[in-house]
Amino acid sequence: MKTGTTRRQILGGLAATVASPAILTATRAYADNPTIRVGFVTPSTGPLAGFAEADDYILDGLRAHFAGGVTNNGKSYNIEIIKKDSQSNPNRAAEVAAELILSDEVDIITAAATPDTTNPVADQAEINEVPCVTTDAPWQPYFFGRGGNPAEGFRYTYHFFWGLEDVITNFTGLWSNAGVAKKVGGLFPNDADGNAWGDPELGFPKPLAAQGFELVDPGRFQPLNDDFSNYIAAFKDAGCEIVTGVMIPPDFGTFWAQAAQQGFNPKVATIGKALLFPSAIEALGDRGVGLTTEIWWSPNHPFSSSLTGTSAGELANGFTAATGRPWTQPIGFKHALFEVVADAIARAEDLDDPDAIAAAIKGTNVSTIVGDVNWSNGPVPNVSKTPLVSGQWQRQGDGVELVITNNAHAPNIPVGGELQLLG
Amino acid sequence: MIEWLNAIVQGVLLGGLYALFAAGLSLIFGVMRLVNIAHGDLIILAAYLGLSTTVMLGVHPFVALLVVMPAMAGIGYVLQRGLLNQTLGTDILPPLLVTFGLSVILQNALLEGYTADPQKLSAGSIETASLSVGGLSLGVLPLLTFAMAVAVIAGLQWIFYATALGRQFRAVSDNQDIAQLMGLNKAHVFGLAMALALAVTAIAGIMLGVRTSFDPSIGGGRLIFGFEAVIIGGLGNIWGTLAGGVILGVAQTIGAKIDPGWQVLAGHIAFLVVLAIRPNGLFPRVEH
Repeated sequence: MKTGTTRRQILGGLAATVASPAILTATRAYADNPTIRVGFVTPSTGPLAGFAEADDYILDGLRAHFAGGVTNNGKSYNIEIIKKDSQSNPNRAAEVAAELILSDEVDIITAAATPDTTNPVADQAEINEVPCVTTDAPWQPYFFGRGGNPAEGFRYTYHFFWGLEDVITNFTGLWSNAGVAKKVGGLFPNDADGNAWGDPELGFPKPLAAQGFELVDPGRFQPLNDDFSNYIAAFKDAGCEIVTGVMIPPDFGTFWAQAAQQGFNPKVATIGKALLFPSAIEALGDRGVGLTTEIWWSPNHPFSSSLTGTSAGELANGFTAATGRPWTQPIGFKHALFEVVADAIARAEDLDDPDAIAAAIKGTNVSTIVGDVNWSNGPVPNVSKTPLVSGQWQRQGDGVELVITNNAHAPNIPVGGELQLLG
Repeated sequence: MIEWLNAIVQGVLLGGLYALFAAGLSLIFGVMRLVNIAHGDLIILAAYLGLSTTVMLGVHPFVALLVVMPAMAGIGYVLQRGLLNQTLGTDILPPLLVTFGLSVILQNALLEGYTADPQKLSAGSIETASLSVGGLSLGVLPLLTFAMAVAVIAGLQWIFYATALGRQFRAVSDNQDIAQLMGLNKAHVFGLAMALALAVTAIAGIMLGVRTSFDPSIGGGRLIFGFEAVIIGGLGNIWGTLAGGVILGVAQTIGAKIDPGWQVLAGHIAFLVVLAIRPNGLFPRVEH
């Protein structure tokens, strides 16, 4: 890349110099307020872009809120959030994280949306000794995927979300009350999620067997599969009335259409990942109604922001009003990420010292819009768990709405309706 | 026994889908030796055009083909004359690189225009309808896809060997310079070939969009099966492309019958075996 001063920079510099008296009188004097820089890596483009669609809405709200500065030890600091696009690519995520750390010299780095974003960013932060907060990826792939040792943990990198064990408890809770045959067909792809969910030791098989469910798991398929006829035949032979799995929307669409074509009609279909977003359900039309999935966050969660006091419902409605699009689950977590960051900045003993900031993050105990974040009581060091419930896409008026039907795992989150069987 | 028969029949139907993906590739390569990396993304573009048409006009996706096919053909002609013709020459690398760039641009333009939401074309009850034949359940939609593939291939074959346009395609394919000397405008002929290829892509895009959900990023993933079908069948042979698609589809479903993890692997192995035994594919184009 060509560096050095270009004609435009010189002209721009000259113009700024000439205009400086005007600019300086027109803006606030920042000289007194030092700036804390927060890097934010997110998949704005690529296959994961759905997770990032609320970024701009959340960041605009936060920038407005942070305009007054955050107080630390009696001194006001400006917070500058620098967003970079990972392009849904782990290598690119590592690259922009390094850029944020080395050239933008951020004080704290954050990242969200699947292990493909959180892990490379956290790894860069750990190597470069920059405090890092991440969310929106189950904690097992985050912690064990980075080679974490529960006895030691990490020094600079912290994560909050739920884990596989929460999904399992929620799914089995959903099925136990459904009153259907305890035969479950498993659709696990050959990717990080599918292998974790289908793992005989840490995944679904053991807890399902313990609760009397019979799991039919024909094996791992490659994502973007075009044919599920062999799975369907196996599920039909075994008499499965429940199907589960963790799939991308195109795979679930293929499976669901083929299942109907070949006369396989399960009573309950509980699928992770594919059914998170309203758009994915709308794409399925009538056959999307009645599907069940995990719910990390909803407008009905009884939580509110520690920064702005906004309730979950207000945040979701604000997003819909600003963009004309339905709420999605990552919205709350994006906001919570910066709640945690602002809280740590306010409490850090010395904002020039990364270790002091990391210590402040470690000492977090804050009630955010997604629930309590507190790293002292996580399953492993550096991980704090947020509550998880599960529910069903049900028809409401003209559209479909994700209704919480099972809160056994987090009773403080209200149930919105009853599970209805398919077909 | 019936399970194996089922696997084979489902594989043949799957092959129809792959052949639809591959037909446009095969055509373009046959006429102008252009490897179009953006082909998968053009299929997705067609699916999105179909989506816009069905939403705006409120018509069935199959009716939308009447709009999408001419639109894609127009895009193809302009694309070829405006961009791809400048890259064609003795070196095969520039078109490869340009179509690769085109693929990136298309993905991001679609993301900007349609967001990352998974979308689907709703074709109503036909999506889940099935026929029962001797203990096998055959989906109507896969059968229709296969029939479409056969019709498309037969149509291309007819155009190639029974029309003046086909003679022009074959002429520029055999020797561009002599064809030019005989009064053919090769830039125009290439444009028409790309227009035809993208009209076929429109069918593939609509069938894919009815079959499952799509988003801007999934085009590339579908491309490899298209390439494999073309190469198994023999470069430049249009019926061979259908055979290649079917072989690939059957290999995949048989592999999946043994173990679901082998589904994609079995397809690749079938491809490698063909490549090792018959490097020109099973039915290479007759050299003139």
